[in-house]
Amino acid sequence: MSILVVAEHDNAALQPVTLAAVAAAKEIAAKGGGDIHLLVAGKDCGGAGEAAAKVDGVARVIVVDDAGLEHNLAEALAPAVVDLAGDYDYLLAPATTAGKNLMPRVAALLDVQQISDIMAVEAGDTFVRPIYAGNALATVKSTDAKKVITVRTTAFDAVAAEGGSAEVETRSGSYGQELSSFVGQELSKSERPELTSARVVISGGRGIGSAENFAILNGIADKLGAAIGASRAAVDAGYMPNDYQVGQTGKVVAPELYIAVGISGAIQHLAGMKDSKVIVAINKDEEAPIFQIADYGLVADLFKAVPALEEELNKVL
Amino acid sequence: MKILVPVKRVIDYNVKARVKADGSGVDLTNVKMSMNPFDEIAVEEAIRLKEAGKAEEIVAVSIGVAQAQETIRTALAMGADRGILVQTDVAVEPLGVAKLLKAITEAEGADLVILGKQAIDDDSNQTGQMLAALLGWAQGTFASKLELGDGKVQVTREVDGGLETLTLTLPAVITTDLRLNEPRYASLPNIMKAKKKPIDTKSPEDFGVDIQPRLETVSVAEPPKRAGGVKVEDVAQLVDKLKNEARVI
Repeated sequence: MSILVVAEHDNAALQPVTLAAVAAAKEIAAKGGGDIHLLVAGKDCGGAGEAAAKVDGVARVIVVDDAGLEHNLAEALAPAVVDLAGDYDYLLAPATTAGKNLMPRVAALLDVQQISDIMAVEAGDTFVRPIYAGNALATVKSTDAKKVITVRTTAFDAVAAEGGSAEVETRSGSYGQELSSFVGQELSKSERPELTSARVVISGGRGIGSAENFAILNGIADKLGAAIGASRAAVDAGYMPNDYQVGQTGKVVAPELYIAVGISGAIQHLAGMKDSKVIVAINKDEEAPIFQIADYGLVADLFKAVPALEEELNKVL
Repeated sequence: MKILVPVKRVIDYNVKARVKADGSGVDLTNVKMSMNPFDEIAVEEAIRLKEAGKAEEIVAVSIGVAQAQETIRTALAMGADRGILVQTDVAVEPLGVAKLLKAITEAEGADLVILGKQAIDDDSNQTGQMLAALLGWAQGTFASKLELGDGKVQVTREVDGGLETLTLTLPAVITTDLRLNEPRYASLPNIMKAKKKPIDTKSPEDFGVDIQPRLETVSVAEPPKRAGGVKVEDVAQLVDKLKNEARVI
């Protein structure tokens, strides 16, 4: 029984989400033994291949370096994964937008029913996954011989990035870009920690009122080393870019501390943050549903409370 | 151009799902059901393309129980031209849905299939991608903007780092994200007109597709409950609790 994890990387290094996916692979391996291999695919991705070889628990790294694999186009990458799939019983990827875009295409090509967003491994063929915006957890057993799985990375503790010494194998392949081509991208740049792996997250909702007003959260984010998030309402209103959205269909976060500012607490928002260890809510509406899930709720006008909180944090910490 | 829009009948997005006491699933008795919100966005996008003269016909398809007819009627009321219901009581999985949709897409000669990126009940986010694979077509997932050109479609996608733009060759499969558009409400005259639009009822067997589930649901449970919270009086009390009680700062 062996497991192939499709690594997410930037050609030079692995993304932390890959380490959480390897952690899930380890749990599967523990239920039946078997080697974990990491696939590093792309164009000029040798650096990431070397980084992958150091990951704790990985027995082998397979590098597929081809011009057609630049930009992670699913139409090119899926066949590359399928070309390797014969050797594996499990094909895993983190449940990021990249993993979600790719793996179902792989699954269909292999005639396998994918299991999305697993949160736990019960047995070699049995997994727990969230449904209905995380208001129910389904334990499902797969009857497919091969399993194609995406991993909810907040549910698994990342393995160490160092300590391993895997063999790196380069496989050749030629993949075309006839079906789709990359035009461009607009990526958010921030010095702050990445939203899905930050220890503290402070999020703003519709109550913040404008894109400019979102700056009100900066002082606290600086003080606590927090990532900044947003509710769907705030993103729809144009206050923040889409990649800040926390929720059922946005980013799923599970930090030590989640501070929800001016967020009412719709079902869909909760789906993205209700596994946070400690939840704080600041909202002037005491009936806001967010207070039902908050460990600490402050009913107050955020425009007074947030600066006051920043001042208090600067005093005490 | 003919556009196929699959639509799914799901729990209404305002309803918090409750797990059955016997752990066999989610309790849907007397629960309000609606068109999957992402599918509404898909229907809306197809209609806008037709209104812009880029498509001649929009076919709404649903796979499910007899009441899914109401979901198709909603699509027709919004502006789709006709509907197909593949009636079955089996809870068809994404792979099975994709196989049925492939058969219908090919039978209809559609050049574009627009789906919601995920259904808010199963939250799998797979069907569009699977359909694209089975058809051998390009896929533009999590689309927040579409521009149809000659033999191509430019798609802007919402991805983890921001936005990405791709050009896809047609025919293609698109899955919709939240900000692609704001779906229209069907007007009363259009709801009345929709009653006359045809819905063809079929069964999975008509397509020779195996829709046997591959996954067995062993049990469905509620997520762990959080301990109740407290209200704090002011920020001083909040910071004190975070530091000395919760110990997270």
